[in-house]
Amino acid sequence: MGIAKIWIYGESTDGSVATTTLELLAKARQLADTVDVVVHGDASVLAAELGDHGAASVLSIGDLGDGLPGPRIASAIAGAVAAGSGPSVVLCGTTYDGRDVAGRLSVKLDAPVITNVVDLILDGERLLGVEPVFGGTTDVTTGFTGDTAAIFLVRPKSFAAESAGGAAATVGSLEVGDLGNTAGSVVRDRFVEESSGPKLDEAAIVVSGGRGLGDADKYEMIETLAALVKGAPGASRAVVDAGWVPYSYQVGQTGKVVKPTVYLACGISGATQHLVGMKGSQNIIAINKDEEAPIFGIADLGIVGDVHKVLPRLIEALQNR
Amino acid sequence: MIVVVCVKQIPDPADPGALDPETRTLRRDAKLILDESDSYGVEMGLQLVDAAGEGEVRLVSMVPRGEVSGLRTALAMGAESAVLVSDEALAGSDALSTAKVLARAIQRCEPDLVLTATESSDGYTGTVPVQIAELLDLPSVTFGKEIVVTDGVATVKRQTEDGYDEIECPLPAVVSVTAGVVEPRYPSFKGIMAAKNKTVDVLDLAELGIDPGTVGWAGARQEITDIAEAPARDAGEIIVDEGDAHERILAFLDDLKVL
Repeated sequence: MGIAKIWIYGESTDGSVATTTLELLAKARQLADTVDVVVHGDASVLAAELGDHGAASVLSIGDLGDGLPGPRIASAIAGAVAAGSGPSVVLCGTTYDGRDVAGRLSVKLDAPVITNVVDLILDGERLLGVEPVFGGTTDVTTGFTGDTAAIFLVRPKSFAAESAGGAAATVGSLEVGDLGNTAGSVVRDRFVEESSGPKLDEAAIVVSGGRGLGDADKYEMIETLAALVKGAPGASRAVVDAGWVPYSYQVGQTGKVVKPTVYLACGISGATQHLVGMKGSQNIIAINKDEEAPIFGIADLGIVGDVHKVLPRLIEALQNR
Repeated sequence: MIVVVCVKQIPDPADPGALDPETRTLRRDAKLILDESDSYGVEMGLQLVDAAGEGEVRLVSMVPRGEVSGLRTALAMGAESAVLVSDEALAGSDALSTAKVLARAIQRCEPDLVLTATESSDGYTGTVPVQIAELLDLPSVTFGKEIVVTDGVATVKRQTEDGYDEIECPLPAVVSVTAGVVEPRYPSFKGIMAAKNKTVDVLDLAELGIDPGTVGWAGARQEITDIAEAPARDAGEIIVDEGDAHERILAFLDDLKVL
């Protein structure tokens, strides 16, 4: 029973494995006999951490140089599948690069991607993905029916990363095939925007602002409050679409999934788009003028009130502590 | 410069969605509108054509029943023409089928640059842009915030977790554009009138040269095994602010010992 072999697209920064990859490992090791991780760059620096989390081997496609991972990782995995040495399931995190890998691999294998997965269920020898729709009120379970590898894009925070106490993963390599014109993109420079607080998807407290703030400059209250509670600022899609803050701030179906200890929604009505990204929070506080706002349907503490009055008082009270 | 922008016509997101109990696909019987996510790509395309001083924006879309109401919005913004693929055999199409159809339609437009949203607002798989690129043997940059085209090379600022990467990409290429990075223009009255006379080529699968057996229900290799109600989350206490709501919030946070 179970899956013979699962491969995970492994992401890392400066020799440290991304949390999303470790989350996938924690689930995959319960589902498959063998779990391997496909990476680029020096696999040996990742072998101990990946092995500790249950990976049997770490397979590198070599150094990316200035290139993007998508076409190269997809080519290497597709090559292994074609040669019969590949997995029956490929898992990628729903990340900037994970989606590139899954999309390219999908065409190479001529297999669909099962997307926005928040849980994986074993069904005999195949894997099913669970996707929440309609603001998380309905769960749709989908399985792959083709005869090549099944590809799943799994949302971050779907599983808890946990050490399995395994030995270091063995280090191997994978060959990248002919890339044609697909690998023409070259990274010329990287810019890191200064941010002092915790990351949005790692913060214990997330303070999010929505259209109810009224103006772009009112978003500053969200930043101030987030800094005071040592949390991270987030935003609804409406605010991102309006250009007030970058896409990386967005919480929701088309943005990040967050599960903080406390989620404070300010001037957010609670469109289904938004609820999917935050309803897994342990505690939800909502401030909104409209007592009919859907956000109150899931809030542990709902404040029917004006964010322009409540937030300044809350900020002042915290500053006086 | 020919910029092709992929646009999707979707049910108004303000209306609650529903699954057709028989086909288990999203119901699309309401009037369709232009997916707001795509308006950023249309705007960016128009700006790039302006900057180049020549060329035009062409739209590519796939939709049931030959619907054009959403397309007209993008044409009214300033796109020059549209290719619309509509065929009963496309019902039940997954993202890969959609990409196959769009890729074939895009080829007919001979683009220098293909723009898409990062994901649609109704299906939101987020895989179509890269699938199109792979099908057309093109490079891609996803999550673009800004695009400058010089001498056949696109320089794209790509959103990252903590900032952005500057990426150079030879054209032709596919770039997906994040929402909110440009301000989509409102169609002018003149634009709305002009849109009524712009060419919309409506094609079926035979005209595109696609085997109906490879797309839609016939080509799908995934099946929904279960649809279930998710565990509900109950509402807690709701209070009306009488000037002291901030104290309630502080007390709530203190109880949790998170401050």
